[in-house]
Amino acid sequence: MYVVGCMEGSCQFTTGNLRARKRVEQARTLLEAIGVGGDRVQIFNLASSEAPRFVEIAEEMTRKILALGPNPIRTRKKMAA
Amino acid sequence: MIVAKQKPIDEIIQGLGNARRILVAGCNECVTVCESGGKKQVAVLASALRMYFMTHGKEVKIDEITLERQCDVEYLEELRKIIDQYDIVLSLACGVGVQFLAEKYMTTSVLPGVDTCFMGVTEQRGVWTERCQGCGQCILATTGGICPVSRCAKRLFNGPCGGSTRGKCEIDKDLDCAWQLIINRLKELGRLDDYELLIPIKDWSKERAGGPRKIVREDVQ
Repeated sequence: MYVVGCMEGSCQFTTGNLRARKRVEQARTLLEAIGVGGDRVQIFNLASSEAPRFVEIAEEMTRKILALGPNPIRTRKKMAA
Repeated sequence: MIVAKQKPIDEIIQGLGNARRILVAGCNECVTVCESGGKKQVAVLASALRMYFMTHGKEVKIDEITLERQCDVEYLEELRKIIDQYDIVLSLACGVGVQFLAEKYMTTSVLPGVDTCFMGVTEQRGVWTERCQGCGQCILATTGGICPVSRCAKRLFNGPCGGSTRGKCEIDKDLDCAWQLIINRLKELGRLDDYELLIPIKDWSKERAGGPRKIVREDVQ
């Protein structure tokens, strides 16, 4: 999963994207601790006009997730079924 | 309020052992305010534990409940009808709540999910600092509302030590010297003369050093 926020300093809500970054870091730490993997979630900052960058990020995350393999929870569920 | 900090999840997981039916019990009071054991933290922790056990191929039932308080019998009674469904209760209440829950439900294991730290205040979101140690003999009237027991590293009663430098404590350059704060406050109140009054030797037996404490109010029994 990836979270996309505005460029730091350009948030309409001033600190919304900064808080989001902290929340994402918290989620990453928790996911790492429980064995799911913190790299499965990431936050990116870009402007709403940066469509090509959005595409780059989507491709980057897709490559990363494919390399990480399936979510271990999903794998376990399939094995149990 | 009582300020607590959630335990690392690996410590909690270790404490849960082989339990297969877990109740995560939060508290709506102090631990909600310090964001360590309220309804939201219960939901996040329960979800994380479910994911952990699923990842490790263990079938574990994890339920959630958040009581108004865990330090009053009336609220703990809400668990009476359901508690036998669980092997263990993971309580995110402060140490008071964990103990009281354990006393009321003697045949159910209780695991603390937070480390209870101190009585303090919210200075800003995410920052809590100690203000009171429950010494049992409050002298805030004479110190302008600033406590030398909880805020002075040496718990001095009659002025700063020689280590006080530019208003900071010698143990940490970011820690205010409690006595500097007291002097500043008494100045603002126009009561600097109170600084010259000697505070008598404290009866430390009223503090935890005198053993576990009890208060009985016959007028309200």
